[in-house]
Amino acid sequence: MIRLERVTKTYPKASRPSLDNVDVSIGKGEFVFFIGPSGAGKSTIIKLLLREITPTRGRVMVNGRDVGAMRSWRVPAFRRTIGCVFQDFRLLPNRTAYENVAFALEVIGRSKATCRRVVPEVLELVGLGGKEHRYPHELSGGEQQRVAVARAFVNRPLMLLADEPTGNLDPDTSIEIMRLLDRINRTGTTVVMVTHDSNIVNQMRRRVIEIENGRVVRDQPRGVYG
Amino acid sequence: MRAKYILSEAALGLWRNVTMTTAMIITMAVSLAMLGASGLLFLQVDKVKERYYAQVQVSIFLAPNATEEQREVLDQALANDPLVASYYFETKEAAYERAQDIFADAPDMLKVLTPESLPESFRVSLTDPEQFTEIRDRYAHYDGIYDIVDQAALVERVFSILTAVQTMSLVIALVMASAALMLVGNVVQVAAYSKRREVAVMKMVGAPNWFVQLPFVLEAVVAGLIGAFLAFAVLAAGKHFLIDGPLAPLTQILTPVPWRNVLLTLPALAGIGAMVSAVTAWITLRFYVRV
Repeated sequence: MIRLERVTKTYPKASRPSLDNVDVSIGKGEFVFFIGPSGAGKSTIIKLLLREITPTRGRVMVNGRDVGAMRSWRVPAFRRTIGCVFQDFRLLPNRTAYENVAFALEVIGRSKATCRRVVPEVLELVGLGGKEHRYPHELSGGEQQRVAVARAFVNRPLMLLADEPTGNLDPDTSIEIMRLLDRINRTGTTVVMVTHDSNIVNQMRRRVIEIENGRVVRDQPRGVYG
Repeated sequence: MRAKYILSEAALGLWRNVTMTTAMIITMAVSLAMLGASGLLFLQVDKVKERYYAQVQVSIFLAPNATEEQREVLDQALANDPLVASYYFETKEAAYERAQDIFADAPDMLKVLTPESLPESFRVSLTDPEQFTEIRDRYAHYDGIYDIVDQAALVERVFSILTAVQTMSLVIALVMASAALMLVGNVVQVAAYSKRREVAVMKMVGAPNWFVQLPFVLEAVVAGLIGAFLAFAVLAAGKHFLIDGPLAPLTQILTPVPWRNVLLTLPALAGIGAMVSAVTAWITLRFYVRV
């Protein structure tokens, strides 16, 4: 599903690489945590997988396609196969929960009728039934992140990338979001999550890849934060 | 749905930044009006040239004491000259008759004129009116010649004024165009900034690039078109109130500016305005904003 082959990423003007010769392979349907201190290079992996940046050396393979070498006009179609969730939710403040999710569908050409069918379903799935017409500022942090997860999942992506999705949430709410991601993972969606949150990693007991100074220092199948 | 979204976003964008958009439309309008005026003058200069060159003659005036023989020599030379399309000899009497036409409004002038006071001349039409100096060099040394006068030289002076006006309006058009382009770029940047959240989400979920960019480009195109319409209005007003008004006598000497030409500027300016705005907006998005 995902293969990083000897990937090195050096940002312009940086003295040392953010990722240094990283080899990682993630199978279809896996749930993987990337952990490590700030600046270790975890978010760089997310950006590489999204093709926001390209590797300095090495190959980033997603679904058998070399993402780094992809023509830029193919990138939008590629991103439709990926869902993203971020620490800061990235919701549109002037749109309701329903409209936020529907926006993501409409801008890739789905009809209003499709939205009316699919959006309430996915909002129900993330536990926001009855709150479709609330604006983000009328929702709690956890609820906002649920909207974001709904938006990421509504298109049934092959993989879900989560960059510190619980970073702004209290422990209880974080657990709820993790349950949600776990459910999504059980539908067969590959989940890649970057986090600092040791509690969560320890509770979930999933594969843990630890990165330090741009290198993989640990890769455990049912790991803890350590 | 998508078409509706793109159109409403473009309209919203124009309205959201209305002062900047207005500034852009005004500069665009001035620039395009100058361009249109320059284009009209260009057509005009060409027509005036055609009309005058067709009539232009070189006049070879004979000295009062020129002999019959000297006239014969000149006559022969002109008859065999490849630069000469046609020519005729104007006697003192013919000159006097023509003078009476020319000075019909000035009876005082006519009183002092007699056929004897006017010179005889050869009136020469050239195959190529630009070859006047050639003719002058060729005939200046003949005996019995008083002066060689080229009407084209006078016409040239009128042309040089027209051309200067045309160049000036073209320069103003270019200067204003560069200002307009910078404003287009700025308007697009501001629009992209005010919609940065939407743009980020669209890129994240994989909306096609054209879909992300089109509202901004359309916004610039609409503003460009409004500018073109204003420019056309200015030109039409100029035709109606100036050229057909106080300047009418001038255009009779030259050639009249037909409404057809003025109307022709509308599609031309609209095309240029829309095109230039679209390209500038797209370049701004592609290389500066990186939308």
